Amino acid sequence: MPTLRVDDLKTYYKIQRGFVKAVDGVSFDVEKGQALGLVGESGCGKTTIATSLLRVLPSNGMIVGGRILFRDVDIVRLTEAELKEDIRWKGISLVFQGAMNAMNPVIKVSDQIVEAIQIHEPNVEKREAFERAEKLFQLVGVDPSRLDHYSHEFSGGMRQRAMIAMALACNPDIMIADEPSTALDVIVQAQVLQLLRQLKERLNLSLIIISHDLSIIAETCEKAAIMYGGKIAERGDIFAIFKNPLHPYTQGLLGAFPGVRAAKTRLVSIPGTPPDLLNAPVGCKFTERCKFAMPICQNVDPQLIEVEKDHYVACHLHNKT
Amino acid sequence: MTETLLKVNDLKKWFPVRTGFVKSLVGGEKLFVRAVDGISFDVNAREIYGLAGESGSGKTTTGRLILRLIEPTAGRVYYKDKDITKLTPKEFKPYRRKMQIIFQDPYESLNPRMTIGTIVSEPLHVQKICKNEREVEERVATALEEVQLTPPEEFVFRYPHEVSGGQRQRIAIARALVLKPDFMVADEPVSMLDVSIRAEVLNLMVDLVEKHNVSFLYVTHDLALARHLCNRIAIMYLGKIVERGFTEDIIYEPLHPYTRALMAAVPVPDPESKRAEVVIKGEIPSPINPPSGCRFHTRCPQYIGDICRLTEPKLAHVGKDRYVACHLYSEKA
Repeated sequence: MPTLRVDDLKTYYKIQRGFVKAVDGVSFDVEKGQALGLVGESGCGKTTIATSLLRVLPSNGMIVGGRILFRDVDIVRLTEAELKEDIRWKGISLVFQGAMNAMNPVIKVSDQIVEAIQIHEPNVEKREAFERAEKLFQLVGVDPSRLDHYSHEFSGGMRQRAMIAMALACNPDIMIADEPSTALDVIVQAQVLQLLRQLKERLNLSLIIISHDLSIIAETCEKAAIMYGGKIAERGDIFAIFKNPLHPYTQGLLGAFPGVRAAKTRLVSIPGTPPDLLNAPVGCKFTERCKFAMPICQNVDPQLIEVEKDHYVACHLHNKT
Repeated sequence: MTETLLKVNDLKKWFPVRTGFVKSLVGGEKLFVRAVDGISFDVNAREIYGLAGESGSGKTTTGRLILRLIEPTAGRVYYKDKDITKLTPKEFKPYRRKMQIIFQDPYESLNPRMTIGTIVSEPLHVQKICKNEREVEERVATALEEVQLTPPEEFVFRYPHEVSGGQRQRIAIARALVLKPDFMVADEPVSMLDVSIRAEVLNLMVDLVEKHNVSFLYVTHDLALARHLCNRIAIMYLGKIVERGFTEDIIYEPLHPYTRALMAAVPVPDPESKRAEVVIKGEIPSPINPPSGCRFHTRCPQYIGDICRLTEPKLAHVGKDRYVACHLYSEKA
């Protein structure tokens, strides 16, 4: 049994003109001590998955279907009190996007971490929570004496580390990192990615890493899911995805992404723009931009099928049945 | 024989640090942010020259100094052997036609209340180069076609919010291109764009070099992209160039310890490759009081002693068009 199983999750946002199907039937597993990478362009539903898992959606967002199985319970069905008691931070925690601005600038970093601990574990004394914060800072590689500073006194990399420390405050099984290294410099980015790998091994932590950058996923994850238009286009083992990409979108993304030491080629872009999820096309969402589009693609939405062991793809090209 | 289009010589920009009123009365040492601190390089005609570095290294400031969007503290910029740093605004105006810039964020650099036609025609009106409106329209249409926003008549009456991010950036390029410049500064032109549409903007830049003999100064933090675009590159650290030369040479054989660290830290989109190693600790120091001697000595894994701390290394010639500012190499030279 995997640590987390997401089964046919559907999360929609209600706006004046109707429903935006931000996540539309997504399924994946996260194994203990492994990292799953969620890759996709802006607006493909990556962050909505993260906020759905913790049920911290904005007020117009709602989970309309599917199950999120974690520790034998379905998170979708829990009450707000149960979520706070068992799931948020103690089970699953989230490192928000944009570490630069995710902290309160007028409250000391130590008080913010203590607050996070005390909200989720009301029995913990302030003194004890502070000691735990010191240990967490050591764990993520920041000098604990910096706890008494404000976040604006931290550099970008230190802020990201402090955010990770806060996410680990209540010993979660799963940590979701939403764009953990965007807006960081190359060297600092490498430091943060290294930290994530170390934490995964040392704490046997499961990670969900959300990024638009394929190379970051290749560096940190065992599995990857490529998202497009609120659906998973392809998912599987990281080697399968990178060495044998099957979905035309995955192939396109890899072609658009230069490796620093790879052969110098002309980059290939994918023509067109992502679909409008308010009036999404009936068939495959990628049809308009796909160079292999067939008549069937416009009418029938392809199902995610297993083409080889642990390698799933949703494309009519690979649907042999 | 390659023709040098632009030559930058010992360019400096020190921004004064604002101090409090009382402090300013008491006096004392005036502080400066040394954003750009004596850099030299040259850009050939029909070349994409890369300027790479981390945030705070002064690469964007350099781009703006060259176009005199901010005035340099010291140093010279030569455009076709003509010193443009001392020209009055009026004298400089004709040169602005020849030198244009593409900004980083196409969501901020286009006026949301102007139609695309107005945005692209504005430079023509400012420069007063067209005799009549008809000519303006023609040039706008050509510029839009040039950036593959076709048919142009479908775009001229639309507003920026009606088009995608990649198209916005192409509008920004059209706005620069409409004056037929031969030098453009591209300041991180794709960092705000989605991966799948980055390539269209980058390939467009390559096409412009080939078709219109435009040269680019490509300012970036992304070495992988720089490598695919630029023939030569300069690596900046804290307002100084630490290494420059042909991109291929620098990528495959980085000499300066900072360039090496930078190369090792670039993530590779291949799960089989060795995971990025972090050889240096910490982050880029403050440019207000940059470290003495070599500015990298506080983080350098190949620190060789007092010389690094006390003496600033000069940019030394170490190979074909290859310069490194590091005591490891100046010893031998």
